[in-house]
Amino acid sequence: MTGNDHESLEVRVSNLARVEGEGGVYLRVSGGRVEYVEVRIHEAPRFFEAILKGRHYLEVPDITARICGICPLAYVMSSSRAMEKILGIKPHEEMKLRRIAYLGEWIESHVLHVALLHAPDFLGYDSALQMVEEHGDFIRDSLKLKAWGNRVLEVVGGRPVHPVVFRVGGTYRIIRRDELLPLLKRVEEMKRRARRVLEFVANLPMPEFRQDITYVSLRNDVRYPILEGDVVTSDGERFKEDEFEEHVEVEQARYSNSLRYRLSGGRPYCVGPLARFNLNYDLLAPEVKDKLAELGIRAPLRNAFQSIIARAAEVYHAVLELDELITSYREPPQPYVKGEVRAGEAAAITEAPRGMLYHRYRISKEGFVQYANIVAPTCQNYVAMEEDIRRLAPNLLTMPREKAQWVVEQAIRNYDPCISCSVHFIRLHIINDQH
Amino acid sequence: MTRRKLKVAVFKLASCSGCQLQILNMEDELLTLTNAVEFSYFLEASRAAAPGPYDVAFIEGSVSTPEQEGLVKRVREQSRILVAMGACATAGGIQALRNWLRLDEVKKTVYPNPEWVKALEHSKPVAEVVKVDYELRGCPVSKERLLSFIKQVLVGRKPYLRREALCMDCRRKGNVCVMVAKGIPCLGPVVQEGCGALCPTFGRGCYGCFGPAIDARPEALVLRLREAGVKDQDIARLFKGFTGWSGKFRKVINELEGGTR
Repeated sequence: MTGNDHESLEVRVSNLARVEGEGGVYLRVSGGRVEYVEVRIHEAPRFFEAILKGRHYLEVPDITARICGICPLAYVMSSSRAMEKILGIKPHEEMKLRRIAYLGEWIESHVLHVALLHAPDFLGYDSALQMVEEHGDFIRDSLKLKAWGNRVLEVVGGRPVHPVVFRVGGTYRIIRRDELLPLLKRVEEMKRRARRVLEFVANLPMPEFRQDITYVSLRNDVRYPILEGDVVTSDGERFKEDEFEEHVEVEQARYSNSLRYRLSGGRPYCVGPLARFNLNYDLLAPEVKDKLAELGIRAPLRNAFQSIIARAAEVYHAVLELDELITSYREPPQPYVKGEVRAGEAAAITEAPRGMLYHRYRISKEGFVQYANIVAPTCQNYVAMEEDIRRLAPNLLTMPREKAQWVVEQAIRNYDPCISCSVHFIRLHIINDQH
Repeated sequence: MTRRKLKVAVFKLASCSGCQLQILNMEDELLTLTNAVEFSYFLEASRAAAPGPYDVAFIEGSVSTPEQEGLVKRVREQSRILVAMGACATAGGIQALRNWLRLDEVKKTVYPNPEWVKALEHSKPVAEVVKVDYELRGCPVSKERLLSFIKQVLVGRKPYLRREALCMDCRRKGNVCVMVAKGIPCLGPVVQEGCGALCPTFGRGCYGCFGPAIDARPEALVLRLREAGVKDQDIARLFKGFTGWSGKFRKVINELEGGTR
């Protein structure tokens, strides 16, 4: 990083901290103009496409889960739903268990980001552990919430990282009502903690910033979107998950190990909590909307730094909805529905904590994978991150250089990037079937 | 207490970050732990990155690029105790499945410009590059075992790690054997315990997150599975999972597939 004469600035961060995975950011401004801004991803490739070749469809959820240790369930869910469409399995009421587990993952992943990865930025700490002395209540509330989210995943799925219970068509065994009910013992406490966390982040000093990009998320008009819905955009488009690839443009940058996506017409777009919040605000629980109103916050939020508020609002919503879902949970008559193994191709999108996670598969008539394409949320956000930094550049020029570098890093952390996820699926391709 | 804090570093290679996340998943212990442990280098948690030497370095992920090979060697020089953490670091991980394929083919399958991609011929466990002092197995590593390991180092004892087969743990939990009762293929007899026999507890067969147990005889399990009517290619795929590249499983897979890796 070089000096700051209010005209030029160079930021070089080769290893971003407090993000999942390995990436850096480079910015050069000279004569008041942004020469380049590059989010460089150097996470090592793991070649998942080659690994999936010839695997049985039942193995795909567990394999793709390993793309991300923070949101493994999202991978399990998107892949399971795509396979179920091929096999002609209709998700039934009992699939409620999926929503329970998914909400647990949202809590675990969101609170990790809100408290441990993102909040330190707003208050100038290197890490959350340094916040304990002055903001102990916030850190303790957060850790308790995170533990409870993990507990939901543990009870339903066996363990929070790479849960084992879910399979294409349902679960490997019936999860009993009496296993879930103990989770509710602490649900009122969790609601209180979630409210306090939301209050805390709503009062953080927020950098002035206004985005000019398109927000994209699922929407189903019934419930806050997680497992199903059409794709909607803040530009007014609405389309089916199967048509996703027709609506996005993919590009490769020389400096990145990850592909990057734009909406048709070259539009940068943002997926994740901010997009979901802006496009589905009406579907948030009334208690969440009341609390937000009390805090003076209303949709749409167009400041990327406020993503932390959207995340905290979703955490509160998740706790409330878990209360309702667990209370009304009935054990299904059978753990899973068997479909008809047949050749076919289908796509599915679910809302990972970081945004829309797209999976498409084609399988042979014996049930082996022939073709796979996965678009992780973070791949869809890279262009938006660079766009944000570009728009921030004039403000950066007036800051001391250390501060400018920090804000650039923070602008990336706004998206809660999951870099491991983003490097594994680089382009559409055909996998030859061995079977 | 005036004792100096234990300097701990956490490094990531090719992986999903799930194992280092297990450190942050110690919600109830984390704050107490930081009274005795200083995370000198832990990029996922902190911007501050202190140089070595470190008392304990945990490495997550497999060695899959030339840069990672260099990093692992530097970490070894800087660390008193080097711990390979998780299935990727101890067995090459799920990405080691590419080791059975030709690298140039794999690159071409994935990248439009394969020549830009730097990758080693194999996705390797850390121990194939440098001396590893301890292996914490699992996909992911067990949070309880990780914590127990750190505590043992803190009190200055030589860490003890259990290495027996998952079957033992499964029996102690009182599970009905999924293989005997339901005919579901299960790697439990040859895989190291550490997860709490999760898969059989949830009605499915073990798929091998913790790698071979200390006295594992996978070739005997192959015979048993053949007797049960499981086809060789399906047995091979069962072993070819998250720890397929570990020596004992690799041998069985090669025999089943007639391969040479």
